[in-house]
Amino acid sequence: MDWEIVIGLETHAQLSTRSKMFSGAPTAFGAAPNTQASAVDIALPGTLPVANRGAVERAIRFGLAVGGTINRASVFARKNYFYPDLPKAYQISQYELPIVQGGAVTVLAKAGEKVIRLTRAHLEEDAGKLLHEDFRGMSGVDLNRAGIPLLEIVSEPDMRSAEEAVAYARTLHALVRWIDICDGNMQEGSFRCDANVSVRRPGAPLGTRCEIKNLNSFRFLERAIEHEARRQIEILEGGGKIVQETRLYDPDRDETRSMRTKEDAHDYRYFPDPDLLPLAVSEEWIAAIGSQMPELPEAKRARFREQHALPVQDTVTLTLTRGMAEYFDETVAGTAGFASPKEVANWLTGDLSAKLNETGKDASESRVGPSELAGLLARIHDGTISNKIAKEVFDAMWNGEGTADAVIAARGLKQISDAGALEGIVAEVLAANPKQVDDYRAGKEKAFNSLVGQVMKATQGKANPAQVNALLRKKLSG
Amino acid sequence: MVEASLSELATALKARRASSVELTRAALDRIARAKDALNAFITVDPDRSLAQARSADARIARGEGDALTGIPVAHKDIFCAEGWRTTCASKMLADFVAPYDAHVIGRFHAAGAVLIGKTNMDEFAMGSSSENSHYGPVRNPWHGEFVPGGSSGGSAAAVAARLVPCATGTDTGGSIRQPAALCGVSGIKPTYGLVSRYGMIAFASSLDQGGAFARQAEDLALMLNVMTGFDPRDATSLDRPKEDYARELERPLAGLRVGLPKEYFGEGMDADVRAAVEGAIAALRALGAKTVEISLPNSGLSVPAYYVLAPAEASANLARYDGVRYGYRAPEYADLADMYCKTRAQGFGAEVKRRILVGTYVLSHGYYDAYYLQAQRVRRLIARDFVAAFTHCDVIVGPTSPTVAFRIGEKVADPVKMYLSDIYTIAPNLAGLPAMSVPCGFGANGLPVGLHVVGGYFGEARMLNVAHQYQRATDWHRRAPAAFAG
Repeated sequence: MDWEIVIGLETHAQLSTRSKMFSGAPTAFGAAPNTQASAVDIALPGTLPVANRGAVERAIRFGLAVGGTINRASVFARKNYFYPDLPKAYQISQYELPIVQGGAVTVLAKAGEKVIRLTRAHLEEDAGKLLHEDFRGMSGVDLNRAGIPLLEIVSEPDMRSAEEAVAYARTLHALVRWIDICDGNMQEGSFRCDANVSVRRPGAPLGTRCEIKNLNSFRFLERAIEHEARRQIEILEGGGKIVQETRLYDPDRDETRSMRTKEDAHDYRYFPDPDLLPLAVSEEWIAAIGSQMPELPEAKRARFREQHALPVQDTVTLTLTRGMAEYFDETVAGTAGFASPKEVANWLTGDLSAKLNETGKDASESRVGPSELAGLLARIHDGTISNKIAKEVFDAMWNGEGTADAVIAARGLKQISDAGALEGIVAEVLAANPKQVDDYRAGKEKAFNSLVGQVMKATQGKANPAQVNALLRKKLSG
Repeated sequence: MVEASLSELATALKARRASSVELTRAALDRIARAKDALNAFITVDPDRSLAQARSADARIARGEGDALTGIPVAHKDIFCAEGWRTTCASKMLADFVAPYDAHVIGRFHAAGAVLIGKTNMDEFAMGSSSENSHYGPVRNPWHGEFVPGGSSGGSAAAVAARLVPCATGTDTGGSIRQPAALCGVSGIKPTYGLVSRYGMIAFASSLDQGGAFARQAEDLALMLNVMTGFDPRDATSLDRPKEDYARELERPLAGLRVGLPKEYFGEGMDADVRAAVEGAIAALRALGAKTVEISLPNSGLSVPAYYVLAPAEASANLARYDGVRYGYRAPEYADLADMYCKTRAQGFGAEVKRRILVGTYVLSHGYYDAYYLQAQRVRRLIARDFVAAFTHCDVIVGPTSPTVAFRIGEKVADPVKMYLSDIYTIAPNLAGLPAMSVPCGFGANGLPVGLHVVGGYFGEARMLNVAHQYQRATDWHRRAPAAFAG
């Protein structure tokens, strides 16, 4: 009998504010230990938190993007526990009343589109870091990260495979960057997931879950879930019981191991933080943020499908990042009247994506911008260059040789469409290849292609292919 | 000079009849001589104080001084002051030198006042007797075997003994008003949110409020003019237009409606306190005030509600004292958990530990609703009682404390008895209302009695007006303890 895997994710997205959640200290990554920790961050006596408006605004942007409810009053609460990386010995988070409730994202998994519901998204501060190296048996404490603003996004247990969970995580990852609230840098920990995994027989109630902590790559997320599901199935099939616990994924060994069980779980003693008044969000503020929201990926995909008749796979690739989607929109606008949106899409998903991937850049940072690409497409459509030459021109543009026109002029790539010059070349080719001429006349169409190739070679590809075809047919039939 | 009030000293400084250096030297001298008798100060730093005094004199010489310029001010050792040891009377912070100024300290510095020293108190402001100090108990200037009240006992004793003309304090459940009453000085706790809590070491954040001690109400108005004001570093600080708290001092009391809560005049108050308070009420009537009986039906719940909420907040506020980054750390420990346990067991005194335990308990899973949430409900009821009462009266008057000062050691073994010392003062903190205490007579053993005056929200100017008119008609506030009279 089959097992069904049930997965819910808790995702921590570091909000891209310049200063911390409750202090004015900077948030830049990679500074020397404790150089970005203010009196508030190290919890000196008498210091007080003040909520960062920019972080709240980013949370609202997220709430609007997923169609959640923005609570007009949400409450910061203290989550109490002792650990050296937690200077106040409580984390300021949101508990009973988060800033965002509900909402959903649509993900594209192998089985098609699927809606994953969100439970909530709440604001909280990050903890510092312990450094275990270089201290001869002691631990160092770096509080640069303490107080960094996080949005914790909690999904419903709506995913049924590791692949779906990864698709959801990727969609969320693209979305937070799209709406510009998180840089998405997973190596630096700006976007990390905890996975709640359980298994059950289809139709049975939810099984006991285990939480796997701190998965900071999509590959680890996938492998950890697969491993954890296998572990649980083995236990259940062996007649055992799952113990609710928190587990840590070890990517080196590709296994999860127990951190703590429910029995030794903390009693966090949440209560409203008396240093912070309920977080009030006015209708006007929400409306102002809403009016500045970009068109979202789902809406873009639908529009690309309906307005430009693009296939689904193209709409997905073109909306991987907001930069790519905007690049597409701008190029389509710049080539209206001559190039089709599908042709533009082909350039973006082909040559442009290849270059971007090679250099690790987003379309918004492309060395060839939308108007330059439109200029290149214009030269194809006015017959100045062939599609094939266009690829060479594009490479040259990418390498900084200038606009399409500049590259074409500098490299002498303009097509030979002068009938007189071309006729001479065709005559020369026919004279030099009597065998192919005979073969063609004997009905071998292949010989014709070979003759076209010879002409193109003789012109270094600059001949207009349609014109070459017509001339050859005329001469050979004559 | 010793007998001069803050207002009189300000006038003398401005007229150049006295210099700040003279006042500062005199205060330092009296503090040093009273050290053994009162133990009112934890830290003095004469060089720093005199440097401030010299720059104040220079400022006055340029004609730039404000009311507080050059005045020696004692600060409760709960306010962080840059470069000053700030202990909160705890072993935990015995060596903690604050790297920044509390908002209140910054305001006094800006006004040109002289920081004369840091006053002794109950550890982390937890107590009603100033006995819970790592630095030993503070003694009452009227009688050395008695407590000065608490937690701001050092500030109250310093003002009562004429060591300084004025001092700051903090009031979470009566920590300014009760020691003011027991020491025979005037003390005020403003509306919650008027004085920034930034740099004021937290006990119970939703109740803590900075305030002042002085000989008389008109001096308190000058203190509030310096201390209050919006501070963006405190999210509970109120952004309101600046006001002059002295503006209503001279208003006649004719037509004033004085509310007398029937719940406060029943049982529980000692006869000597009752006699003094009734005398004060008669004096107010003589000044033209009308008295009306009012009811605060939930006032009996204020002590239990307070002793849930304040410890709950304290249990989290004091969790940062873990020995990791600053402050005391146990010299020997086996591992991390052991370091936390030993550090906190050794670094905190008994009352602080008691309250951390109570607070941790009431926030625990399964008890939160029954204690914390229930206490929050009671708190709202108490606030509502006051709002209803203030539709019938302008100020509410009663005893500040049910008894005069008690003997050192008398209530140490019975915390509940100690807690009841604040039975009248706690409710205004729960409601966030302004309240003050002014001397209104003497009771057993020649110890002072305080009159409690509670105002409506932002009613400080009117309360000060009532107190000032009362003090013009009486001289209780001019009485000095014999051992410290000028």
